[in-house]
Amino acid sequence: MGQVTVNDVMDTFQLALVSGEEGIGRHITVSDISRPGLEMAGYFTHYPANRVQLLGKTELSFFSMLDEEERKSRMIKLCTDDTPAVVVAHGEEVPPELVAASNFRHVPVLSTAMTTTRFSGRLTNYLESRLAPTTAVHGVLVDVYGIGILITGKSGVGKSEAALELVKKGHRLVADDCVEIRQETENTLVGSVPKLIEHLLEIRGIGIIDVMTLFGASAVRNHKRISLVIDLEIWDSEKTYDRLGLEEEKTKIIDTELTKLTIPVRPGRNLSVIIEVAAMNHRLKQMGVNAAEDFSTRLDQVISNNPL
Amino acid sequence: MTEKRVTVQLKTGLQARQAALFVQEANRYSADVYLEKDDKKVNAKSIMGIMSLAIGRGTDVVISADGTDEESAVEGLAALVENDA
Repeated sequence: MGQVTVNDVMDTFQLALVSGEEGIGRHITVSDISRPGLEMAGYFTHYPANRVQLLGKTELSFFSMLDEEERKSRMIKLCTDDTPAVVVAHGEEVPPELVAASNFRHVPVLSTAMTTTRFSGRLTNYLESRLAPTTAVHGVLVDVYGIGILITGKSGVGKSEAALELVKKGHRLVADDCVEIRQETENTLVGSVPKLIEHLLEIRGIGIIDVMTLFGASAVRNHKRISLVIDLEIWDSEKTYDRLGLEEEKTKIIDTELTKLTIPVRPGRNLSVIIEVAAMNHRLKQMGVNAAEDFSTRLDQVISNNPL
Repeated sequence: MTEKRVTVQLKTGLQARQAALFVQEANRYSADVYLEKDDKKVNAKSIMGIMSLAIGRGTDVVISADGTDEESAVEGLAALVENDA
């Protein structure tokens, strides 16, 4: 799970800090946003204090109709120890009672010129992606014909070499050896590269190479949605490998299931071509064309039309 | 599964050369070996993984291994990073 502080949100959306500076290190733990309209009216029974509080035109114009005592006490109630931040949208003026309460409770108050609903949407998207569950996987992530393929397998099986061949053919490298994976929404896994090893590939015998300087900017990208997992393993003569492609093996990363292909590696087998074809075949299946199934139906028809 | 928490004593931390030595040592064992720093866990047999953690001197890391020679793997790798040469 990622961590987001009020400071991160401030930098991302270029919000102006109005008051409560001591609190800008506060953590935001939920992606939901609260618009405390009922709270402004005095109803604090189900007040979601742990959310970012977003005040827009409606809330503030109602607030300005209250008498002074109510204004003071409601803003004090709004700024709790759990409140990560209060954001005033639409470029509205921040009421002095809110400034006083925020300085007293050390809750940062931020302001933006963006309209309330627009900011609310953008903030939710940002928080959802930043607070998404994450994991790191040992493997290589490549973008082949627009399909994000995670190549896994034991150390030394040839993952990086396969990636190098793919890059040479015009595909893109995302990350070598260590892929950070984030589940952005249900069933969407996005893999990215740790900053330090961006664009690098390690090839045994050569060492570390910089793919971007060698092959150009079109050979790399920083993140990519993962659609397919290809597991490379040394050819095991005892094991049976899929010959038809009728059944789909699945693997689970975080809570998302992905199609997994196990490809045996043997000298002389051209891995990059196999991976390219796997990517194209995956696309074809998504478009509803399944060669293995079509062939199987055809075979069934011929058999049933051939009476003894 | 064997696990050990160690503090990295290598003078320069796990710089590129030390990382390569570490990975070389890890590859001598048949067990799956992992190195963990601040909830980030990487395969200890992968040099890019190890280097992406940017481990400095004095960092606490967890070395874990799973397999037939897991104990000697953890001991061997722990000794390597705890050496202050």
